[in-house]
Amino acid sequence: MIQIENLTKRYGSTEVVRGVSLRVRQGEIAALVGTSGSGKTTLLRMINRLVEPTEGRVLIDGEDASGIQPHLLRRRIGYAIQGHGLFPHRTVGQNIATVPHLLNWSNREIDARVDELLHLFQLDPAQFRDRMPHELSGGQQQRVGVARALAARPEVLLMDEPFGALDPVIRAKAQADLLELQKKLGTTLVIVTHDMEEAIALGDHIAVMDKGRLLQYGTPKDLLTQPADDFVESLIGSAERPFRLLSLTTVADLAEQGEATGATIARTTNLRDALAECLWRGVDVLPLDGGGVVTLNALRTSGRGLAETQGEVN
Amino acid sequence: MVGRFLLIVLTLGLCTFVVRPEMFEAVFQPFTQNDAPAIYTQTSLLRLTLSHLALVACAVLASTIIAVALGILVTREFGREFLPLARTIASVGQTIPPVAVLALSVPMMGFGAAPTLLALFLYGLLPIFENTVTGLTNLPPNVIEAARGVGLIRRQRLWSVELPLAFPMILAGIRLSTVISLATATIGSTIAAPTLGEVIIAGLLTSNSAYVLQGGLVVGLIAIIIYEVFSSLEHSAARRLGFQMDA
Ligand SMILES: Nc1ncnc2c1ncn2[C@@H]1O[C@H](COP(=O)(O)OP(=O)(O)OP(=O)(O)O)[C@@H](O)[C@H]1O
Ligand SMILES: [Mg+2]
Repeated sequence: MIQIENLTKRYGSTEVVRGVSLRVRQGEIAALVGTSGSGKTTLLRMINRLVEPTEGRVLIDGEDASGIQPHLLRRRIGYAIQGHGLFPHRTVGQNIATVPHLLNWSNREIDARVDELLHLFQLDPAQFRDRMPHELSGGQQQRVGVARALAARPEVLLMDEPFGALDPVIRAKAQADLLELQKKLGTTLVIVTHDMEEAIALGDHIAVMDKGRLLQYGTPKDLLTQPADDFVESLIGSAERPFRLLSLTTVADLAEQGEATGATIARTTNLRDALAECLWRGVDVLPLDGGGVVTLNALRTSGRGLAETQGEVN
Repeated sequence: MVGRFLLIVLTLGLCTFVVRPEMFEAVFQPFTQNDAPAIYTQTSLLRLTLSHLALVACAVLASTIIAVALGILVTREFGREFLPLARTIASVGQTIPPVAVLALSVPMMGFGAAPTLLALFLYGLLPIFENTVTGLTNLPPNVIEAARGVGLIRRQRLWSVELPLAFPMILAGIRLSTVISLATATIGSTIAAPTLGEVIIAGLLTSNSAYVLQGGLVVGLIAIIIYEVFSSLEHSAARRLGFQMDA
């Protein structure tokens, strides 16, 4: 768990982070979004003390980070950045082994861990272990960067626009992989992005920052239905909101008694995909896994309902 | 490939000439007058070459140690304020003519190799120092960020990240110093340091162009060979890092 309490950073007389407080629970993903220069990176870097806070404090699992020596703290916290920051003179294997090496793991443990991580990131160890970073594609470099950050099994992983340099297709895949991996490992993750789409896709909670202030901290649904102010709303892009909301609710919520023909769909399918499925099949009713149905009508109504809720908030 | 072949041929030619200069007598004969000897034999060319090289090697080694240490010092947080001062000193060192260093140090150090060593040492400092500073201050920022982020302490960052990445640049500085020193060392023979300059000076004193040519040729060839070897070392070091370099 990460608790950020009233954190402020001043450079001279300019406050780049102003009294930010938030809490990321164990195993959760918090996405920091905001425009360029809003203080996201600075906030993130105060967590592992790459930047020393001017005021306030950070607690990692209840322990005050300012009481831990910076280099020891950093070995406990994974850190992945845009452009991966791999050591160009070290092989992929050596890069991944950096922190385990610093923690004096045995060679056998380190080798096993490197191979395990390469497997996890779908890189064949025999083929990739001894390559130099410049012999990898951008997507592969990025994965090795994350593998390095995760090497010593940190409870907390900080990522600063890790996918910023990837093209959109690889990026979507990288996000999906990260989500899956994070679920599997149960790592607490704080990820900086300036892409609201990415924040919604990844974040259990989203922190919206502007000019050093935390404007809103809530679930994607909170942000979509109750944006704290115009800035948050503009960041979300109001036109796409109903559509995005549909993708946040699953068909399980709209399940009704009934029978229908055709292949069943999972109860975890989101409304957006279910709607698409209806239109694609040209049917009014979709059967669900484990019984029950969802109707096109219900999907439509809920879509409209969501759009209206939004209208009321405005 | 052609370059490498040429380099091998040059090296073999140089070795042969230095070990058995009399084999090339016919080549140098046209440059003599009045039946003067074509090949310098007062001191063995091999011995002069070796002591010339030894002098340069010692001087460059000393310059490298001091200049790299200084370069590291002034790029640390605590040493940054000394950077302008160190730059000034190194540049001033470069502007004093080596002859003046010799002239000034002979009274203190006597004749022979020592003053030459001092002059070469001072002369070699600047290129290595400048390149070390450039190499250490132009590192890719996200790599340095990552080095801090994974929990490397200062010393570890210097040894395992910063210096290896700056290495090709530092090597280029050493190459420059070496080539300059190879040429400059010849003047050491004016104060009795055993260098290839002896052959050139003997030629000048007796108006024997063949001697001047021999001395100059050997120094020039050594410089070319060392230059090329260093360059290819730099390239392979840089390639390992994935830097794009013009061939
Ligand atoms: N070391 C520093 N000294 C002075 N000002 C700084 C320093 N580091 C950052 N800043 C300023 O603090 C502000 C916030 O920077 P920060 O890097 O946290 O923004 P960001 O939200 O990550 O932006 P981006 O999306 O462009 O990465 C910027 O205005 C920046 O210029
Ligand atoms: Mg940033």
